[in-house]
Amino acid sequence: MISLTIDGKEVQVPKGTMLLEACRIAGSDIPTLCYDPDLKLAGSCRMCVVEAKGRRNLLATCVTPAENGMEIYTESSDVIEARKIILELLLSRHKLECHTCESDGDCKLQDYCYRYGVTDSRFDGEGPHFTKPDPNPFIMRDYDKCIMCTRCVRACDEITGALAINIKDRGHHAKISTAFDGDLADSTCVFCGQCIMVCPVGALTSKVSAGKGKPYQTEKVITTCTYCGTGCTLALNVKDDKVVGVTSVRDREKSPVNNGALCVKGRFGWDFINSDERLTTPLIRENGELRPASWDEALDYTASKLQAIKGQHGADSIAMFTSARVTNEENYLAQKFTRAVLGTNNVDHCARL
Amino acid sequence: MAQEYRVLLEYADKINPASAADYINVGGYKGLEKARGMERKALIEEVKKSGLRGRGGAGFNAGMKWSFVPQDAPVKYVVCNLDEGEPGTYKDRIICQKNAQALLEGMAICGAAIGSSQGYIYCRGEYPFVVDLLRRAIESAKAEGALGDFDIEVRMGAGAYVCGEETALIESIEGHRGEPRFKPPFPGVEGLWGVPTVVNNVETFACLPYILTRGAEWFAGIGAPKYPGTKIVTLTGDVVNTTWFEVPTDMTLREVIFELGGGVKNGKKFKAVQVGGTSGAFIPEANLDCPIDFDSMGNIGAALGSGAVLVLDETRDIVDVVTRISKFFEHESCGKCNPCREGTFRCREIMERINNGNGSEKDIENLQVLSKVMQKAALCGLGQAAPIPIDSTIKHFKHEYLRKLVVTSGKGGH
Repeated sequence: MISLTIDGKEVQVPKGTMLLEACRIAGSDIPTLCYDPDLKLAGSCRMCVVEAKGRRNLLATCVTPAENGMEIYTESSDVIEARKIILELLLSRHKLECHTCESDGDCKLQDYCYRYGVTDSRFDGEGPHFTKPDPNPFIMRDYDKCIMCTRCVRACDEITGALAINIKDRGHHAKISTAFDGDLADSTCVFCGQCIMVCPVGALTSKVSAGKGKPYQTEKVITTCTYCGTGCTLALNVKDDKVVGVTSVRDREKSPVNNGALCVKGRFGWDFINSDERLTTPLIRENGELRPASWDEALDYTASKLQAIKGQHGADSIAMFTSARVTNEENYLAQKFTRAVLGTNNVDHCARL
Repeated sequence: MAQEYRVLLEYADKINPASAADYINVGGYKGLEKARGMERKALIEEVKKSGLRGRGGAGFNAGMKWSFVPQDAPVKYVVCNLDEGEPGTYKDRIICQKNAQALLEGMAICGAAIGSSQGYIYCRGEYPFVVDLLRRAIESAKAEGALGDFDIEVRMGAGAYVCGEETALIESIEGHRGEPRFKPPFPGVEGLWGVPTVVNNVETFACLPYILTRGAEWFAGIGAPKYPGTKIVTLTGDVVNTTWFEVPTDMTLREVIFELGGGVKNGKKFKAVQVGGTSGAFIPEANLDCPIDFDSMGNIGAALGSGAVLVLDETRDIVDVVTRISKFFEHESCGKCNPCREGTFRCREIMERINNGNGSEKDIENLQVLSKVMQKAALCGLGQAAPIPIDSTIKHFKHEYLRKLVVTSGKGGH
């Protein structure tokens, strides 16, 4: 174990523990922008810097292992000055549209500016100039709000493996970009939206939810995605009894299957819920027209038709075709029903196509 | 009269730098032979004892750096930093062009000390002719059997200044974007392709053969006791002799500029000298009697750095010079960390504003606080050092800034 002092409090942590974790144990709240517990460390935002006695430079706690005997000050005047300047530097390249921003109220830049009383930036030169329209139906990319934490780049690589985005150019002109700065649709992007999940500000948001409710206006109803049998946990964002969006549930205990990660369908394919064209009851076709029917009637109708076909043409004239959208258990039942009840081995699955 | 002390460059222009045979004729590869006959630990001790410190700018004890490498790791690399991106610095090029074999021998000695059989030389993209020369030198050394089982490959950079930072250099060799890594882990533990790697500067490696053949005590006795040996300095700017010199490290700046350098050009007066490259501090005349060694330079708020010496005469506009420097750093910041990415950009903006006669005292205050935060909080040496020219000139030449400010409330102005 390693013993160190953080803001006057002595703590003991196992060797290899980063200072960030040690500070949390000591009850000192450290602001972070680039740090994400599910991603590789970057150590680049420098918001998490603290002062260590005897060290000339401030230490980035997310990437500095705790050492025996360290004396750490997490809110010294130098630390506060550094964090304020970093926030001001970010503000000077940030489109301040909090009033219409989709991330208003769920934005780390906002939170930390509030915490450190940063109302404006003293660096009043050239403003943000990074936005480029991206005509895709799902992901709003507004790099005039980007703080270059690179969480999106790491999530795209490490969680999804799509490697659609990376950093282009250098210095202040560096920005998040697809290959050759093209549109997401022309890249390897699969529109999973993991980039939205990890973005700590409003640079990446859902186009499907735009204007439908700010994060604090919606109730988060945790449920399981119905698109396939994987069973991903997601949060339906509900406002006025209507689903207005889907967000990730990053708590690993609540989201054990997917740890918050979703696919394009789960994250963006929810707008059918309130569609007028949505089927709400079984339909039976009669004389070329569909008419509503009860489940009992529909099932009886189907059973009688199957029996008739089997009687007239034999069991092998019937085939069962199932879907990846249903669970393993349901697929098992479907094949069991096909073999044992219908009496045929004609069973197949959409995943084989 | 101050005099050069040539060790690395003793046979400059007298031998063919690509030829191992030429080098062997003047005593070359004897150091490697001796190193290979020593226990690894004893070899590292010998280098430690010589007091050799990194010649790239950081001044870390070379033997100490080697001692951090885990001896039992199955694969280890020796990497030579020949990125030489500091404007005004060309000493590594000179070492290669005059005595390339000493660099190769030095790398092989390091290989013997840490148990590595593979070296890489990372050469800046602007030196394609040096790449050619080194490849011929390696071929010649191999043909003579001088390197034994130690192999060296030359890799070429693409012009990014930040790739002179050792971890960005490693990223670049690996084929990635040239961005620094956070430390720890240090390259000695986790470097190139994740294995223990020693990264040293050309000049550091080139000292090793002489330390081995002539002894650690001999080396430790040259120049300043805490930063012993010789240092190759490159003179540029308003100085009579714009050339290179190899000098003992206890030589003063005044001796370098006024005796070896022949003083300021065209009979003009001296104004300032920037030592160590573009990120170095500007030093006024009052500090010229400072010896050039690492610690003495540190005591006057400057750095020896790469050994570049840029002299400015009395007619030079300090604010204009620093504005150009700030433009350089804006261009060369890799963009990874906030303080450097945005700080270098805003420094340039404010410097331009002041230089164009539109600045205010508030701008100077903002530069100072930004400079402090960059030095304390930036991820790598680039961002930490980028504001030093600004900081040092506000300290020593503030009147030149004030002269350019917009006249407000009776302050500043002409």
